[in-house]
Amino acid sequence: MGIPTLVAMLVAALAVIGVLSFREEYSLFVPGLLQGAVLTLQIAVLGSLLAVVMGVLAALARLYGPAPLRWLATVYVEIFRGTSALVQLFWLFFVLPQFGVTLDAFPVAVLALGLNVGAYGSEVVRGAIQSVPRGQWEASTALNMSRPQMLRRIILPQAFIAMIPPWGNLFIELLKSTALVSLITLSDLAFRAQQMNQTTLKTVPIFTLVLLMYLVMSLAITIVMRLLERRASLGLARGRAA
Amino acid sequence: MTDQPMVRFDNVSKRYGPLTVLDGLNLDIMRGEKVSVIGPSGSGKTTVLRMLMTLEKINDGVIWVEGEPLTHMERNGKLVPADLAHVRRVRGKIGMVFQSFNLFPHMTAMQNCIEAPVTVLGMKRAEAEARAAELLGMVGLSQKKDHYPSQLSGGQQQRVAIARALAMRPKIMLFDEVTSALDPELVGEVLQVIRQIGREHDLTMLMVTHQMGFAREFSDRVCFFYQGKICEQGPPAELFGAPKNERTRQFLNAVLEAG
Amino acid sequence: MIWDWAFALEILPTLARAAVVTVQATLLGFVIAAVLGLVLAVVRIAVPATAWTISVLVELIRSTPLLIQIFFLYFVFPKFGIVLDAFTAGVLAIGIHYAAYCSEVYRAGFDNIPRGQWEASIALNLSAWTTFRDIIIPQAVPPVVPALGNYLVALFKETPLLSAIAVLELMQTAKIIGSETFRYTEPITLVGVFFLVMSLISAALIRLIERLLNRRILR
Repeated sequence: MGIPTLVAMLVAALAVIGVLSFREEYSLFVPGLLQGAVLTLQIAVLGSLLAVVMGVLAALARLYGPAPLRWLATVYVEIFRGTSALVQLFWLFFVLPQFGVTLDAFPVAVLALGLNVGAYGSEVVRGAIQSVPRGQWEASTALNMSRPQMLRRIILPQAFIAMIPPWGNLFIELLKSTALVSLITLSDLAFRAQQMNQTTLKTVPIFTLVLLMYLVMSLAITIVMRLLERRASLGLARGRAA
Repeated sequence: MTDQPMVRFDNVSKRYGPLTVLDGLNLDIMRGEKVSVIGPSGSGKTTVLRMLMTLEKINDGVIWVEGEPLTHMERNGKLVPADLAHVRRVRGKIGMVFQSFNLFPHMTAMQNCIEAPVTVLGMKRAEAEARAAELLGMVGLSQKKDHYPSQLSGGQQQRVAIARALAMRPKIMLFDEVTSALDPELVGEVLQVIRQIGREHDLTMLMVTHQMGFAREFSDRVCFFYQGKICEQGPPAELFGAPKNERTRQFLNAVLEAG
Repeated sequence: MIWDWAFALEILPTLARAAVVTVQATLLGFVIAAVLGLVLAVVRIAVPATAWTISVLVELIRSTPLLIQIFFLYFVFPKFGIVLDAFTAGVLAIGIHYAAYCSEVYRAGFDNIPRGQWEASIALNLSAWTTFRDIIIPQAVPPVVPALGNYLVALFKETPLLSAIAVLELMQTAKIIGSETFRYTEPITLVGVFFLVMSLISAALIRLIERLLNRRILR
């Protein structure tokens, strides 16, 4: 879908939320859900930051690290990709305290989601680095650059562009996964929906609003990432193959 | 010390698995000498350049640059494989231009030319820019300094690549089939630049080329490679005018007929 | 003692029974996803008027959390007089969610069929139905099997969400064990190990299928 369509959908979703919030059976729920949405956003943003950091570190460790570090990064990636996000969340929430590490639900949520998505992200980063043509490495070698210089100045800036679309997808996955934190007592959007539903049984209005709010956040992420991609590839994409 | 070779390949071999690409190569290149390497594809000629640039590891022998080992270093009077610091110190004397340009697509022509001088040589930015502007002027691209590679023609990209390599002040320049990826009408402008730097800079030059006319006119010596060995070498007038070896004759005939 | 082997062994049979539910949910969910996804992808091409609606629908499903969709189906059906048990509602939600992803996979497969195949089918006067059944689908689906396989694994890893509506699959069973015994380490770790082992095996299988397919296509 093109950016205009996405923007149109975003505007439409916002408009529907706006219109609905003037109707009595909906307006009741709007303030509480918005509060939940704020928490959802906080977890999503912090989780995404952690995911990017972990993704880059794990990818670099797997590609260029010494053997023990490489091994550690591989174990991290395989475990977090191989088990499910909810299992990881519960493990950190219920099992860590038995090892004497007790964290609040909020840091556990950020940690679990960030580590989970970071594991997928490391594959994205790795793939993007490997997609930079060999000639770029060779030219940097011929200019006598050091490994870190090559990575920082030549390879990563180019890999960055290839990373934007898959990271966009991962950020959306992370946003959607934030709903899981409702199961460890955090009152995010999903938690509030569930709670309101139990007390009022007004399933349709509540869940319509909630789905629309998630949709708005997802669309916003998609649009921002598309714009970023377009900006980053300016002047670059056209003659790359020539 | 002037008669010490700038580059010496001492019994250098390169193998890929069972395939021997270069077989005991011995080749001396003197200071300021312009050497062309010709030969059929698969004869190992590009490998010679790539080994000297340290893009390929060698399996046997030693490569020397200005009397100093490149692939090895001396320790307790013995030659041991070089570590990265040693390689980087010696490799700094060498610059290379590639068939596929390999400009950095996310940097302008100017940025391409100052990147390594600033990060590797630690040059001041202003100084690097002044030098790059001079070099871009020499290759005729002063107007294009703020263009990205994607906005330049192949010939222009290759000229930027030449300026970029020269910006590192190498003593030795390697040209690896630098006109092969160009449309025919753009070949001339690149060869013109190479001619000019051959005249104006005190450089030792080693080039792999399919441009026989250029090799004949420009080089001091031509080496004909065949199946991983130097089959025949000599001044261009001799090698092109009266090749002694049957393989050389066959190759030159085939190339001349095609061209 | 942090890890109690005796306790772990004791709960293993209970978890194994729950694992059967997890596997059932995975397979049923994936059948729905694979079939419904194919239907969506075919309808999209066969009836161009639906293309826009379907792509918006797919976008909607993919942009919102599966957990919310599970809740929604589970609670909204009774409003229309249809009472679904938690397992059915949950599996249906998972199936529909992944159908949206699968439809995009099939779409990519269809996009890779050369125009000439469609044109030849028209030239042979094949009906739309025959064209899809005999010409397009047999060519388009095998290359996307690995991609579908990846979604099978992803779907499998999302089945713990069913615990939120109290389906007695692995995660829910582990939580119940935990709340009854106040020992969470063993049940939750065992669940994690189960998922890890199954995922690694599936990943290896998908790579194998990929190799076989490549060989077949290259030949």
